[in-house]
Amino acid sequence: MSVDGMLILTRSAPYGSSAARDALDVALTCSVFEQPVTLLFLDDGVFQLMKDQSPGDIAQKNLNAVQQSLPLYDIERLCVGKSSLERRGLSGDDLILPVEIVDDSSLPALLAQYRHVLSI
Amino acid sequence: MVLHTLNQAPANSACLESALKAVASDDTLLLIEDGVYWTLPAFEAQLASLRGRLLVLEADAKARGIKTEAVESVDDAGFVALCVSHDKVVSWF
Amino acid sequence: MIFSIVVQAPPVQSQGAETALRFARAVLAAGHHIHRVFFYRDGVHNGSALSCTPQDESNIPQQWQALAKEHNLDLVVCIAAGVRRGVVNEQEARRYKREQWNLRDAFELSGLGQLVEACIQSDRVVTFGGRS
Repeated sequence: MSVDGMLILTRSAPYGSSAARDALDVALTCSVFEQPVTLLFLDDGVFQLMKDQSPGDIAQKNLNAVQQSLPLYDIERLCVGKSSLERRGLSGDDLILPVEIVDDSSLPALLAQYRHVLSI
Repeated sequence: MVLHTLNQAPANSACLESALKAVASDDTLLLIEDGVYWTLPAFEAQLASLRGRLLVLEADAKARGIKTEAVESVDDAGFVALCVSHDKVVSWF
Repeated sequence: MIFSIVVQAPPVQSQGAETALRFARAVLAAGHHIHRVFFYRDGVHNGSALSCTPQDESNIPQQWQALAKEHNLDLVVCIAAGVRRGVVNEQEARRYKREQWNLRDAFELSGLGQLVEACIQSDRVVTFGGRS
C-alpha cells in the first residue's frame, strides 16, 4: 500500500466558525500544488456537506458553492464518518456531493493511507 | 503507526470518542493540554476501549496537579521522539 | 528528520501556541530541522508585534521571534487569515490603505501554498490547534 498525499480532517460545523471554509481552502491549495488530497468529515464536520445552505443573511459565503467546485479541482474523494452521519440523522441523500461513507472500523486504515493528516 | 494527540477536556467527550475510533492497536494516543484530565480515575471507563498505547505529556499533567502513576508520561523530548518513531501525527482538538 | 509545525491557536486565550513553541524548541534540541512554522486561522496572532505582556507573563510572539532569530527559522503567517484578523505587514497595510502595520520581525506573510509546500518537504507535520 503506498502512502501518499494529504488527508484533511475536519470536525466542525459550518458558519459557527470559519473552520469549514479554512479546511476547504487548504484542500483547494493542495490541488493547485498538484498534491493528492482527500477530505474526511467527522462529528459536526458532516454538517458542512448538507444541501440547501443559504448564508446570505448572516453575511457569509455559501460553502455549497465552493464544494461544488471540488470536482473541478480533482478533489473527488470526500469521506464521511458513518456514525457521525447516523447520529445526526443524516444520510448520503442529504449531502451536496457524492461521498464515501466510512465505518468507524475503517478509520485507522484510512488514516494510514496518507502521508500527512492535517486537522482543521 | 500513528501518533495521535488530543488536547480537549472531558466535557468534549465527542473528541475523545472519535479519536478512540481512529487509534489502531499499534498507534499511540498522547494526551496533552486539557486532554490530560482524561487520565483521572473517573474516566477510566471511557479510556477502556483504547486499543493503542496511552501516554500523557508531563508538563501538562504537572501543571494541572494530576499525578500520573497509572499512566506513563513523556516530557517534551519524548514527544519529539514519538513523532520520529511513528509515521505521522494526527491532532484531535 | 525534517519537521513542519502548524499553529492554529492564538497566544493567551489558548494553550496551543505555547505547546507549539515548547515543541519547536524540543525538535531543535533533539537535532532535527524545522522547515517551517505555519500560522493559520487564529494562529496568525502569534505574529503580532503589538502583544504587550506583563513582566511576569510569557510573551509568545516575542519568543517565536527570538527562536526564529537564533535558529534561522521560517515563520510564515497565512496572508489571507492574517489580513482578515488585522495582522499585516507594510505591503498589505498599504494595499488596504491602512496607516499602520504590525507583523512582528522574523515573521513573513505568505499564502497557503507555503503550508502545502511545507507538507511536501517535511517528514513530520505537527498541528497545534485550539477549539473553534
